[in-house]
Amino acid sequence: MEHIINRLKQKIEIESIINQRADLYFITIKEEHLELVLSYLKQQENFTHLAFLQAVDFIEDNKFQLTYMLYNYDIKVNLGIKVFIDRDKSEMVSIHKLWAHAWQYQRELKEMFGINFPGSPKVDESFVLEGWEEIPPMKREFDTLAYSEKTFYQRPGRTKNDPKKYMKEKLYKKFPQSTTVGRKDD
Amino acid sequence: MNKKNINNIEKEMKLANEGLSEKERTLFSDARPTPVKPLNKYLEKFLNWARAESLWILAFGTGCGAVELRPLMTARFDMFRYGIAPRPTPRQASVFVIGGYASIKTIKRIVRSYEQMQGPKFVIALGSCTINGGMYYDSYYTINRIDHYIPVDIYVAGCMPRPEALIAGFDKLKKQIKAGKCDGMNIYAENFDWYKANQKKVIKDWNMPDYNW
Repeated sequence: MEHIINRLKQKIEIESIINQRADLYFITIKEEHLELVLSYLKQQENFTHLAFLQAVDFIEDNKFQLTYMLYNYDIKVNLGIKVFIDRDKSEMVSIHKLWAHAWQYQRELKEMFGINFPGSPKVDESFVLEGWEEIPPMKREFDTLAYSEKTFYQRPGRTKNDPKKYMKEKLYKKFPQSTTVGRKDD
Repeated sequence: MNKKNINNIEKEMKLANEGLSEKERTLFSDARPTPVKPLNKYLEKFLNWARAESLWILAFGTGCGAVELRPLMTARFDMFRYGIAPRPTPRQASVFVIGGYASIKTIKRIVRSYEQMQGPKFVIALGSCTINGGMYYDSYYTINRIDHYIPVDIYVAGCMPRPEALIAGFDKLKKQIKAGKCDGMNIYAENFDWYKANQKKVIKDWNMPDYNW
């Protein structure tokens, strides 16, 4: 695996490398290198399987993080390619020509995060949500509780407990002083 | 009242079927549901006994709770002992078991299936999600109270309720039917506009007829 990353390093600039497990690596690259890296990994290094494509909303940095998870059946290694894209522009190059099933992930990301993938098949059609009129619901500025209270009918009488406090009062009465109550105290 | 007014009222009583195109509108009836009065006392009592002892449930699992229907159907809990049998289509079913949470996409199908069922029809809602939203109370796409969209006869609380709890729910439903208290269909017909307004508030892309199928 180190050889593969070294060979990648010679081609493009890698911003960070995380070796989480012996069979799980994450690398962060620049947005413009993505298509090059993915086609290189697929064709030269035998990462033939796109396991998933997902997004994370970093609203504080005004960025979306996309993760392309690849798998190599020869050396049995997962490799995650992370890319940060601008949140205001929120547009990314489509990879449906490399992996045909990627259009489905891209359609879902368009609906849930509003990230556009120009040229991807059916990217503008609704995927899970029917008749959705608000902003994409997985964006972090979307307040689900306020929307739920506005749209649906709440049944009165719902109560809430703080789990830590509740467990302390109900289950672990024997240890009122202990700060870390848990099963091992018993 | 003159004839013109009567005509106007008749026109208002008809359903608009606004979700359909002009061409499709001619294919569907625009009649409203009407409440059904019970027959004479003793005949109705006999009929209610017959209805209670052969409950046919619609095989439509709307959420995760439908997983409890499988052990209920099969050998271990064997609901056929109680005269409960699954049916494949809404036209043949008399009980609708709402299996857990319902998203907006599902409530559209629930309404559609419920309206296709022939009366008398009963609804059992299982799981906390149907009562007050359960753990999905703040979700953007899960409806909180099922009884604002279709009338519900029995709630079975729990997350998830075990098949035993469901059997207890069916038992209670039987008692209610025999007592003649399950008239959810009439409640639906009497408060039709209220139910329809609630349904249309969440189902934004209403592209089906208003009542008749």
